[in-house]
Amino acid sequence: MKDGDSSTKPVTRKRFVDWLLGTSAGGFLAAVFYPVARYIVPPEVPEASVNSVTLAFAADDVPSNFGRIFKFGTRPGILVRTPGGELRAFSARCTHLDCTVQYREDLSHIWCACHNGHFDLNGRNIAGPPPEPLQVFDVNERGGQIVVSVRS
Amino acid sequence: MTDGTGPGSRARGAIGRFASWLDDRIGLSAIMPVLRKKEVPVHRHSFWYYIGGMALFLFLLQIATGILLLFYYRPSAEGAYESIQFLMAEVEFGWLIRSIHSWGANLMIFMAFVHMFSVMLLKAYRAPREITWITGVGLLFVSMGLGFTGYLLPWNELSFFATRVGTEIPGVVPVVGPFIRDVLRGGEDVSGATLTRFYALHVSVLPALAFMLVALHVLLVQRHGMSVPPSIEAEGGPRRSMKFFPQFLLRDLVGWLAALAMLAAAAAFFPAHLGEKADPFAPAPAGIQPEWYFMFMFQTLRYLPAEIMGIEGELVGVGAFGVVGIVLLFVPFLDKPKGPDAKPGKLWTWLTFGALAYILLFSYLGYTFDPNA
Repeated sequence: MKDGDSSTKPVTRKRFVDWLLGTSAGGFLAAVFYPVARYIVPPEVPEASVNSVTLAFAADDVPSNFGRIFKFGTRPGILVRTPGGELRAFSARCTHLDCTVQYREDLSHIWCACHNGHFDLNGRNIAGPPPEPLQVFDVNERGGQIVVSVRS
Repeated sequence: MTDGTGPGSRARGAIGRFASWLDDRIGLSAIMPVLRKKEVPVHRHSFWYYIGGMALFLFLLQIATGILLLFYYRPSAEGAYESIQFLMAEVEFGWLIRSIHSWGANLMIFMAFVHMFSVMLLKAYRAPREITWITGVGLLFVSMGLGFTGYLLPWNELSFFATRVGTEIPGVVPVVGPFIRDVLRGGEDVSGATLTRFYALHVSVLPALAFMLVALHVLLVQRHGMSVPPSIEAEGGPRRSMKFFPQFLLRDLVGWLAALAMLAAAAAFFPAHLGEKADPFAPAPAGIQPEWYFMFMFQTLRYLPAEIMGIEGELVGVGAFGVVGIVLLFVPFLDKPKGPDAKPGKLWTWLTFGALAYILLFSYLGYTFDPNA
């Protein structure tokens, strides 16, 4: 098929049938594989838009220089009482590769065990591979109960 | 493409070289002479040769859609119903995949029944095709098992109670019955344990079994070729035939496309239902019924009196269907001409029509049955 050949060639019966079969086969395959491809792609689940959670443990259960993981909707969060006695909360998902961080009492800051990432008590990434600080949550104490909410 | 020097022909040359390179290593071209030699008899009953192929196509389609359903399905009493709800409501084309799987199961079993009855009436199970028949009947049983186990997986009210009834039936068999029932249920009651069990059977054990049987069945069909019915053999005269490749295969393909079109239409216009979530502590709703291919048996059990000659009625019914199942497996050995030149008897033809009439009548009665009357 040289350039321009195909347009000048007469349409023979064979070429017409070939074209018809090819187009039908293409259409058929598209009709089968398009739904399958769309099906395999997971639908967007509206993130259970949790803006605020009341923790299952009381403020008294968190001594100073100590951290605890809590459920913030479907994601883990970490509550820390600083050596100074202040309560702070962050997302516990390391910004590097999504591991869950922990509080290191010996270092008095937050640490990710997967690739040795360090965050200070403001959530800032201070050492190791994490590229960004941890998301910071607001902490409020109401009658011994801790309420953690997204910082607006 | 006609001048032989364009880019098209160069591409073809490359493909040809790759094909011959590949063939030197795997030797698939040895199949071609076999395919070319294979012939399919042509006569007025040839139509029935296509039904088995349609059942095979539907089986493959069930595997494909079944694998897709596994992407979203969660096999637990807590999550199964919700995962299907999510699949039907949120996943793009989820309704389509599930509806095709659900309708495809029904159509496959329907085709398997049609195929079996046509083989019986055309006596295609005669020597040397006894094992082909046995694997075919085995496939029908496995398909019904797949239907029964798959019915429970959405964990809705209807399937929950149908499974309770269905698993209670083997419980009437003396001595081993309750044991079989508990093994089927994974406990004394239908629960989450039953669901995981049925799930394991439905997605691994039974498909593996079906796959082996299909392989053996198709291999034997290739080995022996299509059976020519005795009535056509008796007529004598010149035998007509057509090439398997590509003539018969292309006609087969038409049957497959027809099956796919039927499924697409059924799925689009009558998508599979989900119903209410199963609640083990709720009373059974009215209108509990099994899938249509179990209906004639279900209806028979309804009519049986509590006792028949001192034996529990249900036991007589279950025993009778068990015997029929075993007889069905051995039909090729039971239907033997008396002498070498004897004509094949009409007995089995009449028995086949009788069974067909029984199934149709009792299914009809099952669907029109009024429990309040």
